[in-house]
Amino acid sequence: MTGRRALLVASAAAAAALAAAVPSLGLPQYYISLLTQTWIFGIAAMSLDLLVGFTGLVSFAQAAFFGTSAYMIAVLATQYHLVAFWPALGIALGTTAALAALFGLLALRGEGVTFIIITLALNEIVWGLAYQWVSVSGGDNGIAGFIRPPVFGLDLSGTAAFYRFTLAALLVCLALLAAIVRSPFGLVLRGVRDRPRRMAALGYAVQAFRYAAFVIAAVFTGVAGVLFAYYNEFVGPVNLSLDTAVQVLIMVILGGVGTLLGPLAGAAVVVFVSNALSNLTQRWELILGAIYVAILLFARDGLVGIGHRVMRVLGAAARGAGPAARPVMSPPPGGRGEP
Amino acid sequence: MTAALLDVTEVHTYYGDSHVLRGVSLAAAAGAVTALLGRNGMGKTTLIRSVIGFTPPRRGTVRVRGEEVQRLSSHEIARRGVGLVPQGRRIFPSLTVEEQLRIASRPGGAWSLDGVYDLFPRLRERRRHFGGQLSGGEQQMLAIGRALMTNPAVLLMDEPSEGLAPLVVRGLRDTIARLRDTGLAVLLVEQNLPLALDVADTCYILSRGRVVHHGPAADLARDERIRALHLGV
Repeated sequence: MTGRRALLVASAAAAAALAAAVPSLGLPQYYISLLTQTWIFGIAAMSLDLLVGFTGLVSFAQAAFFGTSAYMIAVLATQYHLVAFWPALGIALGTTAALAALFGLLALRGEGVTFIIITLALNEIVWGLAYQWVSVSGGDNGIAGFIRPPVFGLDLSGTAAFYRFTLAALLVCLALLAAIVRSPFGLVLRGVRDRPRRMAALGYAVQAFRYAAFVIAAVFTGVAGVLFAYYNEFVGPVNLSLDTAVQVLIMVILGGVGTLLGPLAGAAVVVFVSNALSNLTQRWELILGAIYVAILLFARDGLVGIGHRVMRVLGAAARGAGPAARPVMSPPPGGRGEP
Repeated sequence: MTAALLDVTEVHTYYGDSHVLRGVSLAAAAGAVTALLGRNGMGKTTLIRSVIGFTPPRRGTVRVRGEEVQRLSSHEIARRGVGLVPQGRRIFPSLTVEEQLRIASRPGGAWSLDGVYDLFPRLRERRRHFGGQLSGGEQQMLAIGRALMTNPAVLLMDEPSEGLAPLVVRGLRDTIARLRDTGLAVLLVEQNLPLALDVADTCYILSRGRVVHHGPAADLARDERIRALHLGV
């Protein structure tokens, strides 16, 4: 077991080193900026996975938190001339946390579908605000005219520098989220996801734990929003629209719910495939939709589940055990069993 | 007789407009097994749900160690010393055996992880397995162990023998007797009449939301007429 863990740590370190080296490999800037988007949306997808996969809450309000953080960066820079990175980050995340604290109180009055619909409605309110409060948000025109500030004295204006910065942010968020998921608190969240009523009978205030997870996930999504504002150097209503909320949710489902790394892979697929398809055809959203439907029909456990199955078939073939075409039907370990 | 750890007085519980419990009173004493019997649909599980707060009673009182709890939410009632072994066991499918025991742990009493493993050595062997991989008997051990980890004073057991093989039911009987001997007040809801009469000290029979018989288990074991009248056996 320890050998396997060492292998895992080594391959993770190798993957991170490889990712950090990408800008030096002579790739076109276009691909580096797509990877930057992947890291940013990966943070948003992983934090939504904390809710969907580990707490059992499907939220459509993530775009509101993503967009609020992004707008805060833009508003602070253009209207208050606050451009220094750390104070702006602190204010943006603080605002997002306060918004999530309020939204959590409202949305967690309901459970299941009610919760989902309330988060959807709250997201629409924030979108409407951004669209119509023109004096602050610029309305449909959004806000431009701010640039990336230096961080730790590093100039982030270049594509490669900003790419490495977002990668570092992704790794920090991944480490923190993994620690949360593995902590006793994370164990309680999984219990709440599996059997909320049982957790109440064991003495846990179920709604308080859901509330905490909701606010934590919002703050991590806020980090993604801040990075996106700096990446794009522009924010608009689309950044907190329902489209964005759905897209992040698709990343989570596509990658594999409750796996953290799966949603990161899901983010990569959505970012790259949507860009590749939109270069080829105007009807790219139609094709993307068909891909999502296919995944939901044939691989409900997402990319991570497909990976598990491929590994198992390869393992069986390597051992020469029986016909290689033997179907593997059982769910992956740790999958969600029937109640 | 010792003072009752669980005292239910004149409880009326509704599902919407449907009046299910119509003034039920019962008591469960420390170091004793109190059996709650009755045909299907007579309100046994509803009484359990009223005690733990899933379906709070509209009228009447529920006292745990003398303190009124019927206005509290489920997690607050649990923290005051009520453990539940639910019908159908309801274990966590995607947590390991040990994770489920740890999650339930509320220190400050006699039960710890080692204590539960000593009671159920099989769970120690299976501690790295997921809940969904356990047999029915193992799931029942886990459901009991999980409730014990909260160090309750009152243990509510809702149909623990349901779906278990006869040999496993015998083991369950011994487990219940051992828990009684540790001083727990056990409230046992059972369809398995031989098991209930064998292990219980006191029996209550519920019919249409009312207590229609109450007395020592030994008396009920002798009284064929009451058994035939209220239990149909």
